[in-house]
Amino acid sequence: MSDVTATNQRAKRKAAGPYGKVGKALNELDDRLGVAKGGRTFMDKIFPDHWSFMLGEIALYSFLILLITGVFLTFYFIPSSAIVTYHGSYLPLDGQQVTQAFSSTVNISFAVRGGLLMRQMHHWACDIFVGALVVHMARVFFTGAFRKPRELNWTIGVTLLTLAIVNGFLGYSLPDDLVSGTGIRIAYSILLSIPFVGTYLAFFIFGGNFPGASTIPRFYILHCLIVPLIIIGLVGAHLFLLVRQKHTQFPGEGRTEKNVVGSPMFPVFMAKTTGFLFIVAGFTALLSAFAQINPIWQFGPYDASRISYAVQPDWYMGFLDGALRIWPSWSFHSFGHTIPFEVLVPALILPGIIFGLAYAWPMLERIYTKDNEIHHLLDRPSQRPKRTAVGVAALAFVTMLFIASSTDVIANFFHISLNSVLWAMRILTILVPLIAYPIAYKICKEMQGVHGAGKRKTHNIVSRTAEGEYLATPTPAYRDDLGHDLEATPVPTYIEVEPDEPDEGGVRIVDR
Amino acid sequence: MSEKEEHRTPVSLNGLSENDPHLLPAAKNPKTVEHVIAINFVLGTILTAGFGACYWVNAKPWTLGATLGGGLFFFGVGLVAWGKYLMPRGPFVEERHVLANSEADRNAFAAAIVERGGSVMKRRKMLGGLLAGGLGIFGVVAMFPTLRSLGPLPKGTLFHTDWRKDSYVVDQTGRRVSAGDLAVGSIVTVFPEGTQDSDRGQAVDQTVLIRVSNEKFTTMKGRESWAPLGYVAYSKLCTHLGCPVGLYEQELQLLVCPCHQSMFNVNNGAVPQFGPAPRPLPQLPLYIDGQGFLRAQAGYNQPVGPGFWERA
Repeated sequence: MSDVTATNQRAKRKAAGPYGKVGKALNELDDRLGVAKGGRTFMDKIFPDHWSFMLGEIALYSFLILLITGVFLTFYFIPSSAIVTYHGSYLPLDGQQVTQAFSSTVNISFAVRGGLLMRQMHHWACDIFVGALVVHMARVFFTGAFRKPRELNWTIGVTLLTLAIVNGFLGYSLPDDLVSGTGIRIAYSILLSIPFVGTYLAFFIFGGNFPGASTIPRFYILHCLIVPLIIIGLVGAHLFLLVRQKHTQFPGEGRTEKNVVGSPMFPVFMAKTTGFLFIVAGFTALLSAFAQINPIWQFGPYDASRISYAVQPDWYMGFLDGALRIWPSWSFHSFGHTIPFEVLVPALILPGIIFGLAYAWPMLERIYTKDNEIHHLLDRPSQRPKRTAVGVAALAFVTMLFIASSTDVIANFFHISLNSVLWAMRILTILVPLIAYPIAYKICKEMQGVHGAGKRKTHNIVSRTAEGEYLATPTPAYRDDLGHDLEATPVPTYIEVEPDEPDEGGVRIVDR
Repeated sequence: MSEKEEHRTPVSLNGLSENDPHLLPAAKNPKTVEHVIAINFVLGTILTAGFGACYWVNAKPWTLGATLGGGLFFFGVGLVAWGKYLMPRGPFVEERHVLANSEADRNAFAAAIVERGGSVMKRRKMLGGLLAGGLGIFGVVAMFPTLRSLGPLPKGTLFHTDWRKDSYVVDQTGRRVSAGDLAVGSIVTVFPEGTQDSDRGQAVDQTVLIRVSNEKFTTMKGRESWAPLGYVAYSKLCTHLGCPVGLYEQELQLLVCPCHQSMFNVNNGAVPQFGPAPRPLPQLPLYIDGQGFLRAQAGYNQPVGPGFWERA
C-alpha cells in the first residue's frame, strides 16, 4: 500500500518537471500569455542600492495608504450639505444644526470602530505623500536625473505633485468644518479674481454664488474618483517609463552609462521594498495614534459668518497662503472693470510661474548647456554648482513663502508687531533666495576642490623622518569611491567647464 | 586587491554558479541576524494580533494605532533586514541596452506615418476638411451644455445683497436690534431680517454692527446720517478674499481679518490700514425708526466681498 503511494508521488513529481507545482503553473501561464522570458528579465531587473532612491517609494506607499484608508472612509462619509440635527456620541455638538458631511465625519471619528485611526492615517498619509513627492523631486533635480532621456518622466512627476496638492485641498474641504469652509471661500474668491471668465468659472464649478449647495458633492466625486484615477494612471506611466528606461545610478566602481548595478528585483529588492511599505504604513499608523490631526469637532461646523483665529491650511498650501499675505494690496480699477491683482498675482500667476519653471527646467537646461546626450549616470550636486544653486534658491523662496503663512502666529508668539513681521517677510522672501544662491554656488565650488568630498574617509599614516619631520601620508580611497574619478566622462560639456585635474591622492591645487 | 574586495565587483545574475560569493548573505554572522529578524517577526505578530484584540473589544483609538503601527513597523524592519543582510549580497549588474532603434527602423516607422497619412490626406482633402470641421464644431457645441448646466450664470447676484430699504437689522437668532441694545465698543454680527438662517444670508449679507463712541468717529462726505447714535454697519466680507472680518480690536478700533490679516479702520469708513485688502468694507446706511429699531436706509451701494472682473 505504502509502496504504491510512494511510486505515485514520485511519478507525479516527475510529471510536474524539475520545478514542481509552481513550475507547472508557470508553464500553464506561459502557454497562454508567453510571459516566461519577460518575467525572467523582470525578476532580474536591477535596482540601485542608494538610499535616495527610497524617497519615491515613500510617495508611492503613502499613496497606497491613501487609497486603502480612503476607501474605508467612503463607506461612512455622506457627501451632502443637507442640514441635519446632530445627535451622536460627541455630546458638545448634541442638538446642533450641521451638514450631513460634517455630522458623518464626526461620526467616523467617534462612532465608527477604527474610524478615527483611519481618518487620521488618511490625513497624515496625505501630508507625507506630498512631502515625499517634494523631496523626491528635489533629489531628481539636484542629481540631474531629469536629463535626457527622462524629461517626460520629470513632466509626469511635476503633474503628479500638482494633482496631489489639488486633491489634498479637495479632500481637506470635504468635512465642511469651520476651517475647511473658510478654505473653500478663499478658493472661490481666487476663481473670481480671474479676468473675463472668473465669475463664470466660479459659478460653474461651485454651482452658483458662494456657498453653493453643489460644492461638497462635486468636490467628493473629484476627490475620490476623478483626480485619483488620473493620479493612478500617471503613477503607472511613471513606473512604466522607469522600467523601460531603467534606473539612473551614481557613478562608482563598475558603474557605467551602459549598465545598472544593485540588487535584483527578486528576491532582494522585493523583500526590502515590501518591508519598507510596512515601515511607511507602520510609521503613519503610529503618527496617527499619537499625533492628533484636523480635530474638526473642535472647529465646529462651517458657518459663513464665523471664523477662527490662526486659520492655516495644510502645509502644502502654505506657500500660497503666505504669498497672499505678503503681496501688497495692488488692485486695478478702471474702464468699468476690476482686476484684483492682490489675489491674481500671488494665488494664480505666482504658482503658475513656479510650476511652469519646474515643467520647463529640463528644456531650459538643455538649451543653456547645449547638452543633448543621453545620461544614465547621476551628477553629484557639487559637480553642477549653478543648477544646485538655482534649486537651493527656489527652495529657499518657497520656504520663505511657507513661513509667511504664519505671520500672525509669529507676531503673537514673539510679541512683535504684525507690521514688522509682514515687512520682514516681504524683504526676506526676496533676499533669502538671493543670498542662498551664491552661498550654495560657493559651497559647491569649494566641495569640488576638497579632496575626497562626498567620499568615505580613509586614514592617514603619520610617520617621522630621521630629521624629526612629521609626514602624513593618506592611504588610497575605497575602491567604490575611486570609480568615478577613473570613469571617462561621456559628455564633455558641463554647465561649469572645469579643467580636468588628475587625482594625486591628497594634494590638489585649486584656482581660487 | 584583497579577496574580499574582489567580491565587490558587480557580476551578472545570468550564469552565476551556485557557490559564487556574490550569492552569500551580506551579514558577517547570519545566525545572529536571523535571530534578530525572528524577534521582529514575533513582535510584529503579537502586535498585529493585539490590534485585532483591541478592535474586537473596541479599545481606545490610540491603542488601535499603536498596535497596528507597531506591528507593521516590526514586520517591515524584519523584512528589510532579511533582504539587506541574509539575501545574496551582490552587487549585481544588468546591461543597459540603447533604447533608440537603428536608422532603418526609424525611417520605416516615420515613412509609415508620413507617407501613408500624407497619401490619404492629399487624395481626400475635402473629406478630411469636412471631418475636422464637423468634429471641431461638435467639440465646441458639446462644451456649451456641459458648462451651462453646471451652474447658473452670475448675472447680478454678485452685485446685490438682500439688504433693502427699511430692512430690519436682526442678530443671528433673528431678534431685531434696537437702539438701546449695544454699549459703546460692542459688536454684533447682523443680517437683514429673514435671511439669518439661510446660506446666502450667512455668506453674503453678513454685516458687522459696532457702536462707536462719537468722539473719534469721522465719516465720509455723504455718509453723515449713516451711523445714528454711533451705530455703524460694515459688510463683514473681507474685500481681499471674502473671509468674515471676525476679529474686533476694540482699543485700536480695527476690524481684523484672521485669514490674511487685513485691517480696517472702524472709525474712518473701514478704510484698509494694513494687509492685502484693496478696498474699504462697504458701509450700510442705517436709521432708527419710531419704535427704536435699527433699519437700513438702503442696501449697500457697491458689491460686497472680493474683487472680480465685472465690478466697476
